[in-house]
Amino acid sequence: MLRASLIVVLRPLLWLLFGLSVGGREHLPRQGPAIVAANHNSHVDILFLLCAFPLRAGRKVVPMGAADYFLATPLLRFVALRILGLLPLERRVRRGADPLEGSRRALEEGRILIVFPEGTRGQPEEMGELKSGLTKLARDASAPIIPVYLQGAGRILPKGARLPVPFLCTMLVAPPIHPQRDRAAMMADLSNAYGALREAAPPLHWS
Amino acid sequence: MTTSMPPQIIAGFATIACVLVLASVAAIRWRAIRARVLTWWVLVALLGVAVLLGKTAVVILFALISFMALREYLSLAPTRREDRAVLLLAYATVPVSYGFIAADWYGITLVAIPVYVFLLLPVALVLNGRTEGYLAATGILYWGVMVTVYNVGYAALFMNVPASEAPAGGVGLLFFLLVVTSLNDVFQFLCGKVLGGPKIMPSVSPNKTWSGFLGGWVGTALVIIALSPLYTGLPVVAVAILALLLPVAGFAGDVTMSAVKRDLGVKDASKLLPGHGGVLDRIDSLTFTAPLTFHVFAYFSSARF
Repeated sequence: MLRASLIVVLRPLLWLLFGLSVGGREHLPRQGPAIVAANHNSHVDILFLLCAFPLRAGRKVVPMGAADYFLATPLLRFVALRILGLLPLERRVRRGADPLEGSRRALEEGRILIVFPEGTRGQPEEMGELKSGLTKLARDASAPIIPVYLQGAGRILPKGARLPVPFLCTMLVAPPIHPQRDRAAMMADLSNAYGALREAAPPLHWS
Repeated sequence: MTTSMPPQIIAGFATIACVLVLASVAAIRWRAIRARVLTWWVLVALLGVAVLLGKTAVVILFALISFMALREYLSLAPTRREDRAVLLLAYATVPVSYGFIAADWYGITLVAIPVYVFLLLPVALVLNGRTEGYLAATGILYWGVMVTVYNVGYAALFMNVPASEAPAGGVGLLFFLLVVTSLNDVFQFLCGKVLGGPKIMPSVSPNKTWSGFLGGWVGTALVIIALSPLYTGLPVVAVAILALLLPVAGFAGDVTMSAVKRDLGVKDASKLLPGHGGVLDRIDSLTFTAPLTFHVFAYFSSARF
């Protein structure tokens, strides 16, 4: 597969340039259905996340991305759909359509979804408000949510920047949050997990 | 390989391999040192392969070490969003400076970073127009480039020493520098562990003791005196200077980096080298001992430099 060979090439390159270290790697799911929920600051996020999975589990991974962004030009469309195997998500919902239908089906097929619950890249190295559609998806498919915190990617390639700058990147993975009936409780768990991961990340002096 | 490897280098690597075999055996029981010993194997193997391949490989290896050390430093040190482009310029000093070393342009290597990068970085930093934190940004960036690129570069510079100027050539001098610097770290650590006693700089590095510092000094001085005839061929005065100053320089490199890490709120610079911490934690002493050893050699034994 195109993506697997890309990852094999990218892994040493990303290590050399950004020294990606993964804490709590054992929490990364090997089987679906599971939802990996990461903070989002940069386009390199998706590459780091794809490279963190072992190759076999990596085949089950489906990253989700904004349809309005990734389907905008033929080149982006090719990279997103053909190479990365992205599942496009409509950020602006049309009446009557279910924007989560594709992701629901992927989870039923036993896939591992990568989602960015902030919905956008936002300000570098800052976390935006979490969207709650994620917990609905997790509950309906009874899939665990695995919170992942990426530090450094927002400095490497922030929104609007053209050239990546080498900085160390740290990925921290928290234990899974199991689906519950109470979605508000799940949201609270998720937000606490991000808080704890941020605490555990190296200090960031960036102004 | 165009020239044959000096016997001192072969014997030196063989000795290190024996020590590491012993350490690996000890690590079967002593779990705490397992990761550290394994990392040493990798580092020694990398150096061994580079030495076998020759000068270009050694220069590339040290350029990579400088790059990783600078990246670690810039990831920890306070930086401003507007300065991203200037950080790329700081990274560019690695290929440029090591390029001069590879091309054997000694005079330019010596002034490129201390004079011209010193002048260029503040100019590049002023272009984005943000004056708040300007002086701090200038100092922080320049300190990092000097320590991680310029000072470490002296280790690679030994590869330009003509074979006739040292008993085991330039590679012998490099080997001597790395062995003596690492042994100084080990001696200071072991003497401090075994002897204990009063702390030397408790607010900077709480585990360091006077006994470790002094014991390491004596131990390293003896190793320098013993190995010098085999690897450096330096006159007695120069050996005495190195024996006196190198252990102190190694200690200074160690505590200055400790102070930087403490200032930035971390214990280890990264987790790149299991059991050691980051690249900065491994090369902190070398950033001081490399220029010192090179200049002592250049002054006393080299017609070329």
